[in-house]
Amino acid sequence: MARHIVARTSDIPAGGNKVFGLEGRDVVVFHVNGEFFALLNRCPHEGAPLEKAACVARLTSPEPGIYQRDRVGEMLRCPWHGWEFDMRNGQSWFDPNRFKIRSYPVAVESGEELQKGPYVAETFPVHIEDNYIIVDV
Amino acid sequence: MSDVIDRPMLETEKTAATRLKIIDCDIHPSIHSHSDLNEFLPKRWQQHLKEYGSHLRTPYIGTTPYPRSSPLIARRDAWPPTGGVPGSDLDFMRKQHLDPFDVEFGILQVLDLFIFSQQNLEFGAAIQRAINDWQLAFWSHRDPRLKASILVGQDGDDLGIAEIERCAKTGEYIQINVSPRANEPLGRRRYWPIYARAQELDLPLGIHVGGYGGHAPTGGGWPSYYCEEHQSNAHTVASQLTSLVLEGIPERFPKLKIVFIEGGFGWIPSAMWRMDQHFERFRSEVPHLERKPSEYVKEHFWFTTQPIDEPDEARHLRQLIEWVGIDRLLFSSDYPHWDYDDARYAFKTPLTEAERRKIFNSNARAVYKF
Repeated sequence: MARHIVARTSDIPAGGNKVFGLEGRDVVVFHVNGEFFALLNRCPHEGAPLEKAACVARLTSPEPGIYQRDRVGEMLRCPWHGWEFDMRNGQSWFDPNRFKIRSYPVAVESGEELQKGPYVAETFPVHIEDNYIIVDV
Repeated sequence: MSDVIDRPMLETEKTAATRLKIIDCDIHPSIHSHSDLNEFLPKRWQQHLKEYGSHLRTPYIGTTPYPRSSPLIARRDAWPPTGGVPGSDLDFMRKQHLDPFDVEFGILQVLDLFIFSQQNLEFGAAIQRAINDWQLAFWSHRDPRLKASILVGQDGDDLGIAEIERCAKTGEYIQINVSPRANEPLGRRRYWPIYARAQELDLPLGIHVGGYGGHAPTGGGWPSYYCEEHQSNAHTVASQLTSLVLEGIPERFPKLKIVFIEGGFGWIPSAMWRMDQHFERFRSEVPHLERKPSEYVKEHFWFTTQPIDEPDEARHLRQLIEWVGIDRLLFSSDYPHWDYDDARYAFKTPLTEAERRKIFNSNARAVYKF
C-alpha cells in the first residue's frame, strides 16, 4: 500500500469532491462536514461515476409516517440508479453484505509533518503551512 | 450470493463494449426549449402551447409527473456542461454514450410534452407532427446513427393514419410508436387501422411504457409512490400484450412486428404460461386464435431489455432469458434516464459471444431492417 499526497485540504470545498488517478484507478475524495473520505470512483452495480453522486442524509423510518434524517451529507446516492452507500466504509445501505464500494484510508497531515516525515510530495511541492490529504492505495 | 462485488474497472473492460457494435433501441432525446418546435408547429398551436400548455388526465393536480426520483428522471451525470436538459445536446450524447459504447444505431424515443397523453387530440396530433419533424432535423440528419419513430396517438386514429402516411413517404422513420395507455386495450378494433397500415408499410409497432391516459396504471387504482408506479410499468405492458394476443392481432396482421420498449422482460414467461393455460380451457371463447398464445408472442413480439431484472442468483437471469427466448430480446440503455443500463454490466449473467451478438445487435437489425 502506497501513500499518495493528493491535494491541499483547501482544494476540495466542503460538500465537494475531486477525482485523482492513483495506481491506475480513479479515486474520488469527498469533503463532508470537515472530514475527507476516499472511494473508488465507480458504483459496484453498473459502474456509474460516483463523483456525480448526490451526498445525502441517511433517512430512516421507525414506522410509516415518521421519518428521521441523520448523518447529513455522509451518504452517497449513485447518480444512475440511486443506490445509497455509506461514505465512511463504502457499504451499501440497502444490502451491506453484497455490495460495497472500495474505500481507502484517508489522513490529513500538515505540511510540516510531511516535510519532516518519510513521505515526499508526489503531485506538487508541499508548503509547510498547509494541510494535505493523503490517500492510501 | 455472498460475494461482495468490489472491483476496479479494468482496461480490458473499458474496451469490451467496443468489440461489438451496439444497437440501442431506447434513447431519449429532449427538446432544448419549446421554441425549438416553432418551425414545425403552426402558429395556432404555438399559441395554444403558450396559453394552455398540456391538458393531461393525471391525478397529480397542478403538477407534471416530474420530478420522479431525480430531476427529469435523468442520470445526474447526464446534464450537458453546455446547459440544457439531459438528452438535449447531441455532442454530449455522442461523447457520453454513442461513441464510447460504439452505438451503431440508436432508436429515438421521445417523451417530451407527454405527446401520447394529450387529451386535446388535435393539439396532440400537432405536437406529434412537430416532434416527428424535429427528430429528423435535430437528430437523424445530424447523426445518421440516430433513427426516428413516427409518433402517433392512436385515439385519434384518422389523425394518426394521416401522420403515418406523411412520415412514411420520407422513408426515414423506422417504426410507428403508439401509447400503452390509450383509451381502450390495444387489441381493440378501433386501433386496427393503424396496425393494418403498419403491416402494409412493414414498419414495426413500438410501444414505450409511460404516459398518462384516463386509467389508473394498475388494476388496483392509482399508486401512492413513484416506486409503486414504476412497478406498474410491467403489468401495464403485460395487460397490453395479453390484449394484443387474445384479440388476435398477430392472427389478423400476421406480418406486423410489435416491440415493447422499457417494460423489461421478467414478467413475460409467466404471462405466456398463463395465457396458454387459459387458452386450453377457454379456447371456444377465442376461436379466432389458431395457435397457443405463447407461439404468437415468440413470433410477433420483441422486448427491449431495460430495466433488466436482477435476481439474486445469476443463473435465474440466465433461465429467464432462455424462457423468453434469446431472439426476442433487443438491448436498450434508456439513456439518459436514471435507470439507464450500461451495456457492459447490465447482464449479470454470462452470455456467449453468439448470444451477445443477438441481443446487442442482430435481433434489432432483423426487426428494424438496418
